[in-house]
Amino acid sequence: MKLKATLENYIFVLPATIIFAVFYIIPFISVFQLSFFDWDGILPTKIFVGLNNFKEVITDKVWWQAVWQSGYITLIALTFQNAIAFLLAWACDREIRMKNFYRLIFFIPPVLSEVVVGLVWQWILNGNYGILNYWLAQFGMANLAHNWLSDPNTALTTVAIVHCWKGFGWGFLLFLAGLQTIPRELYEAARVDGANAWNSFKNVTIPLMMPVVVLVAILTILGTMQVFVLIYTMTGGGPGYHTEVPVLRILASMRGSSRFGYACAQGITFGVILCMISFVQYMVNRKSRA
Amino acid sequence: MRSFGFRILAIIFCGFCIVGCAPAEKNKAATTLTVWHWMTDRGPAFNELAKKYEAKTGIKVNFELYAPSDAYSQKVRAAAQGANLPDIFGILGEKRDFASFIKANYVLELTPYMLEDKAKWKNSFFAKALAVNEFNEGNSYGIKPGIYGAPIDIMTIQMVYNKSLFKQLGLNSNQPPQTFQDFLDIGKKIKAANMQGLVSGWGEIWMIDCLANNYAFNIMGKDKVIATIKGQVPYTDPDWVRVLSLFKEMQDSGLLASGIVTMVNKTAEQLFANEKAVFAFNGSWCVNVYKGMNPNLEYGAFLPPRASNKYPMAIWGGAGSSFMVNCRSKNKEEAVKFLRWLTEAPQQVYLAEATNNLPANKESSNLVPDVTASFAKAMDNATHPNVWGVSEFSPVIEAFDKGIQSIIIGEKTPEQVAQEVQKVKEREMAKKRV
Repeated sequence: MKLKATLENYIFVLPATIIFAVFYIIPFISVFQLSFFDWDGILPTKIFVGLNNFKEVITDKVWWQAVWQSGYITLIALTFQNAIAFLLAWACDREIRMKNFYRLIFFIPPVLSEVVVGLVWQWILNGNYGILNYWLAQFGMANLAHNWLSDPNTALTTVAIVHCWKGFGWGFLLFLAGLQTIPRELYEAARVDGANAWNSFKNVTIPLMMPVVVLVAILTILGTMQVFVLIYTMTGGGPGYHTEVPVLRILASMRGSSRFGYACAQGITFGVILCMISFVQYMVNRKSRA
Repeated sequence: MRSFGFRILAIIFCGFCIVGCAPAEKNKAATTLTVWHWMTDRGPAFNELAKKYEAKTGIKVNFELYAPSDAYSQKVRAAAQGANLPDIFGILGEKRDFASFIKANYVLELTPYMLEDKAKWKNSFFAKALAVNEFNEGNSYGIKPGIYGAPIDIMTIQMVYNKSLFKQLGLNSNQPPQTFQDFLDIGKKIKAANMQGLVSGWGEIWMIDCLANNYAFNIMGKDKVIATIKGQVPYTDPDWVRVLSLFKEMQDSGLLASGIVTMVNKTAEQLFANEKAVFAFNGSWCVNVYKGMNPNLEYGAFLPPRASNKYPMAIWGGAGSSFMVNCRSKNKEEAVKFLRWLTEAPQQVYLAEATNNLPANKESSNLVPDVTASFAKAMDNATHPNVWGVSEFSPVIEAFDKGIQSIIIGEKTPEQVAQEVQKVKEREMAKKRV
């Protein structure tokens, strides 16, 4: 009877296990295996190169520049994007008019296609006929008009800001959900104890929102480090290598150079970097809770 | 009751199993050929030709469009891995990718068919169009010499200029610049008039590579370019530095439109078609694009102005798109027959008229309009990396083209870029030796 029950359990789990194995585990093993080979994606034969692909990734300056640049975008997203998301969520959590309308508006950018967003912003920021430069000129700031995406000094930051615009809605939604779980009685009790708005925010809102803040931070880091579509449509990684990010480099190795083995090695290296970041974040979070 | 229901279900299940396992009804209809392509602009014309072919032979041809070209390219590779390639397909990529498809036995050699009937099929093509699909004796890819694809149309990539904007600048609208100095002088006038000069898809870096190669041929000749690819001449050679310097000179003179380093070709085409730029560096496909965007656009085509009198100016050209026959297809003989029909003069003229692309069949080339004809004339100066017999390493091409972007934005000097490219070249050469 016990054996039957155990078998039944396994049978129920089997479909999910098969799907997981076929679509996650087998591809992952294939990627890992391919990273030790030189392969152009066409020939049936692959040349074993050992750890050479990994050695090349480690010494590839452009790759590390791309990692650093995605780190820079992540930093902006962590601070600027999440600060805006938090402030807007906080504002929408209060009793203001049309708060449902604002909730809807703030969540529109994340549901838009990244390609569409990239192309629209490329048009807005275009140095020749972009609407941003036009409005700058209209408001007497023509000296600020700029080729935002083609200047190496502004390209990366511009792309990062567009990424923040596209992504702040997710943070907004999570923060809002978190804020709504805080019991109103706590604020009332704080007010009775003489706390002003700032004190309530500092001593009630912030501590109770910490788990949500950590969650949003983890999602922001993992999501932004893998940013790609927006940059691909806005700058293609240029000018030069100034807006290259790791996923773009992986794509270039695969599609541009037909170096599938090297691309897999880049993918695994990047995966390891993301795991390390997540681990550090987990440790910091655990320590702060303790 | 429950048992009755179960029996009914079991009978239905068995019925489906029996039907499912039964042999497929023999296809009494004629053969169906499947063709995969990426050419959105040619889709309706292909379908029309397929109807004509079916009416003539009874063979149905399905043209399946997969766009954009990047997605198509990946689909073909994935299909090759799964041995699911269609009867006829095109290969996008470098010559070494083409060679890999042949080595993996996915492409049928067309030489015997081309040589039938006193090489009638072979001789119907422009030699330079066919060369892109040809592997010569002693090629560096180790492919048996022969012809492995049939060109559908040809293309050349050169400069175009806006005649109305030329008049506004006080220039003769029938006299495009002949020398690089003339070109730079016009750049100064463009800057003074606060206009946009040259637009091109230099954000998609292969188009930079194309112009740089044009000038490399003009400054140092084909032999030295090939010697560089073979690793016998370094990129730090003064001639290569001179090639890189031309981009700095273009930028300094005001010839290059602002934002050109991240510009995609579609944007460049829009700017030129809307008369917002004086020059464009574009392929012959632009005739169709500009016609669609601005039918009244007055423009002319010309070779990139020469920077040296030592060697002739060369431009990239040859087969615009080609079709290959799947070596493993059971319909390969029918597929070859269809390709032969598709590349005959009447079908080529129809394609040229419907899509404004240059026909690959030389017998039909005198039937194209003026601007298109000027692109066709440039075939005399055409060359292409796919006919050189050797390919540069992809990381070297990337370093070279990204380096030119860095020169244009004033971040690096031509000498610095030359040194960096040479470093990448040496690294790749060392890997090859290992």
